[in-house]
Amino acid sequence: MSGYSHEIPGGAAWSAPVRTGREITLTALGADASVSVLLFGADRLDRLNVPDTLKAQLSACVRAPMVLMSDRGLALASVVSSSLEWHDALTGFGHDVHLERFAPSSYATDRNDWRRSARTGLVSELTKHGLSEADLHGCVNFFARVGITDDDRGTLGLLTGIAREGDTVTLRTEQDVLLVLATGPHPLDTSDYAPAGVRVEVAVGSMTPADDASWGFRDESARALEQARRVLV
Amino acid sequence: MSTLLQTTALDTVVEAGDGALIAVPAGGRLRIVDTHGNQAVDTLLYDANDIDNRYSAFDTVREQGAVYLTTGSRLLSTRLDELAVITDDTCGRHDTIGGACSQESNVIRYGEHTRHQHACRQTFLVYGEPVGIGQRQLGHNINFFMNVPVDSTGNLHFEDGVSAPGKHVELTASRDILVLISNCPQLNNPCNGWNPTAVQLLGWWE
Ligand SMILES: [Zn+2]
Repeated sequence: MSGYSHEIPGGAAWSAPVRTGREITLTALGADASVSVLLFGADRLDRLNVPDTLKAQLSACVRAPMVLMSDRGLALASVVSSSLEWHDALTGFGHDVHLERFAPSSYATDRNDWRRSARTGLVSELTKHGLSEADLHGCVNFFARVGITDDDRGTLGLLTGIAREGDTVTLRTEQDVLLVLATGPHPLDTSDYAPAGVRVEVAVGSMTPADDASWGFRDESARALEQARRVLV
Repeated sequence: MSTLLQTTALDTVVEAGDGALIAVPAGGRLRIVDTHGNQAVDTLLYDANDIDNRYSAFDTVREQGAVYLTTGSRLLSTRLDELAVITDDTCGRHDTIGGACSQESNVIRYGEHTRHQHACRQTFLVYGEPVGIGQRQLGHNINFFMNVPVDSTGNLHFEDGVSAPGKHVELTASRDILVLISNCPQLNNPCNGWNPTAVQLLGWWE
């Protein structure tokens, strides 16, 4: 793949504006990766709306060829393909409290191996773009899978041993977006501290083909894509 | 030393499609009564002293290890502070992953002809504006009395409400909070039994 490529280590955060019509491929660099992703639209106010995305496409998780939709009913990105069939969008990103089971960590003692939560990283990245804590929203935890029990409470928990090194997901941007991400660990992960990194590749995609799976997925998916095109093209 | 406060501080009706912003002090109890049954009540909570410390649906789901809300559910903020606890629930199950309706999501779900139908997001913005709650401050809400089942295969559905006339849910505030309510005007799906109706709010605090 030509274009941009960058490897983000586990336990880090990163952000970048990505223009419309690009294909963003995330590749897990280790087992049980969890990449918490926030997305903003072209105006940096409109942002990913996980509930709207799920209910419009009748899914409890993110998977190909779903369209990721914004508060304002516009397509932000389409899930073009993925080697996994379930990306968690119900359990949020990790907070500092989820790191308390490990020994205290700081730059002074651990240098660049100090442990910081996904939330801390996400807010730091938001701040670089003039945004703040107020702009946090429901994220997609790419590569992470939760199991839901068919009981009265909808009991859910993290399933491990599913994502492997080399698993991928590719998104096509449907407008100019701001991509903000943090590389775990997943807040429900109980294993030792070893969050997997992720490679991000951005390539110029083809303009949406006529037989595109996202356009053909559901009427709701097509309408979100059409609205984005109408407003932004 | 925990005698329930019996002073009735609030007894009001929120008409179909209307909203409310209620300040509930720490320890206060707010009851929402589904007077006519099958009425979705879209609700957001805020720390009264800092509206950026607001209700977080997905932090709440994760920390309780369950998708649906009911008695005992701790309603957490974006900073993982406990804003309120559901202390009584005669309905049994409430949604917090289905979000609120908006003009724009109506267009996506039902088509262009619904763009100018009234929707919850407008109600949130109208009632939130006086305290600084704008677009950025609208997180993902609770839908009291709404039934959005998910299953182990990853499907999600909208179904008839599990609620019925007179069912109620009660919150006890864990700190001073603001409760922002939109009594959902949605006409295009069964979440309001195809006929939005009034709900009653009852509050007890000093
Ligand atoms: Zn509504």
